[in-house]
Amino acid sequence: MNLALKELLYKMADDQLILGHRNSEWTGFGPILEEDIAFSSMAQDKVGQSLALYTLLQTLGESDPDIVAFTRNANQFHNCILVELPNQEYDFSLIRHFLFDTAEALRFEALSNSSYEPLAQLARKIRGELRYHTLHANTWMKQLGSATEESIARLQNSLEVALPYALGIFEPSLYEAELIDQKIFIGEAALKEMWLTKIETIINQTQLQLPDWKTLTPVYGGRIGKHSEHLQPLLDEMSEVFRIDPTAEW
Amino acid sequence: MNKILHILETVKDPEIPVLSLVDLGVITHVAAEGKIVTVKMTPTFVGCPAMDYMKAEVESALQQEGYEPHVEISFEKPWSSDLISEKGKAALKKYGLAPPPDKKLFTDLEILETTTCPRCNSNHTELKNPFGPTLCRAIYYCYTCKEAFEQFKPL
Repeated sequence: MNLALKELLYKMADDQLILGHRNSEWTGFGPILEEDIAFSSMAQDKVGQSLALYTLLQTLGESDPDIVAFTRNANQFHNCILVELPNQEYDFSLIRHFLFDTAEALRFEALSNSSYEPLAQLARKIRGELRYHTLHANTWMKQLGSATEESIARLQNSLEVALPYALGIFEPSLYEAELIDQKIFIGEAALKEMWLTKIETIINQTQLQLPDWKTLTPVYGGRIGKHSEHLQPLLDEMSEVFRIDPTAEW
Repeated sequence: MNKILHILETVKDPEIPVLSLVDLGVITHVAAEGKIVTVKMTPTFVGCPAMDYMKAEVESALQQEGYEPHVEISFEKPWSSDLISEKGKAALKKYGLAPPPDKKLFTDLEILETTTCPRCNSNHTELKNPFGPTLCRAIYYCYTCKEAFEQFKPL
């Protein structure tokens, strides 16, 4: 059970940490002040949630959260590739935020019934916080997805780029059957079905078009440490200060 | 036990100095055996950067009174805005922060669209941003007094 549980916790913690870092790159650069604040707040939430998950891993025998977060190389990270892609323009960041956070909110909702009680407790807490993230994403998707010709075209383009990566969130793990049998987690396939319904519900309230899901090939690899060229530079930047003096007291 | 609660009452939220941690609802368990005091605390938001600071403040307040504190951060009893006491809600309002609405009314985030202005009590207000200067605050605008204000977010 330990290996399956650890793999699940690692991929969730790494997703939160890496997307939290990407969100923080909007600090000072948001298209409007409110969005600057929103992405910065979501960054703080996600990095804090990753810390809580790394702390759970520590209770299962893994290293100190700072060591885990700041000293691994890209091939030791289990995040999906979607979260490591550069922010690009605001339209891409919004689309990724919408696609990822919808899945994340459903994941924590499901985990609030996990048989692993410490994770269930944490999930019951985090799911409430994530309502603010999905509220934010859905509000802007509905507004900009039906606003001007340019906003619709930009979002449509980013949606098409991001969707194969978004399907990579649900890359099956080696331990799916074990996690499901032991009622730790409902499994990636079940989560993906719930996600598709939710995504369709929101997109159908906009002028954006979803492609036929069958024509999309998911981009896998992130969960087993095979990442894009974008992750290592992110990690180098994120851990730059820590690596100067890992024993410094803050 | 009353004496210990009284000590904990003196520890305030570092960002809202009128609100004690007890009234904020983040102290979820207190037990004493002689001089040994066990306290469980839980963050308002998981990413709250003030958690370690508040934990140290609780430890130091108890030590100053001669107790031996054991403070643990726990998610056993998660924080929700309903754990803020009536006294705490009044203190928030006086401080200029709109208190969170009762969670019984809070089935959908649409409840966030307006809230009562803590300055003029008008309901002619609008949510400008569900995210604010700290994780636990949202930003509103009051059309009656024509000023922005913050709300302690319901969770």
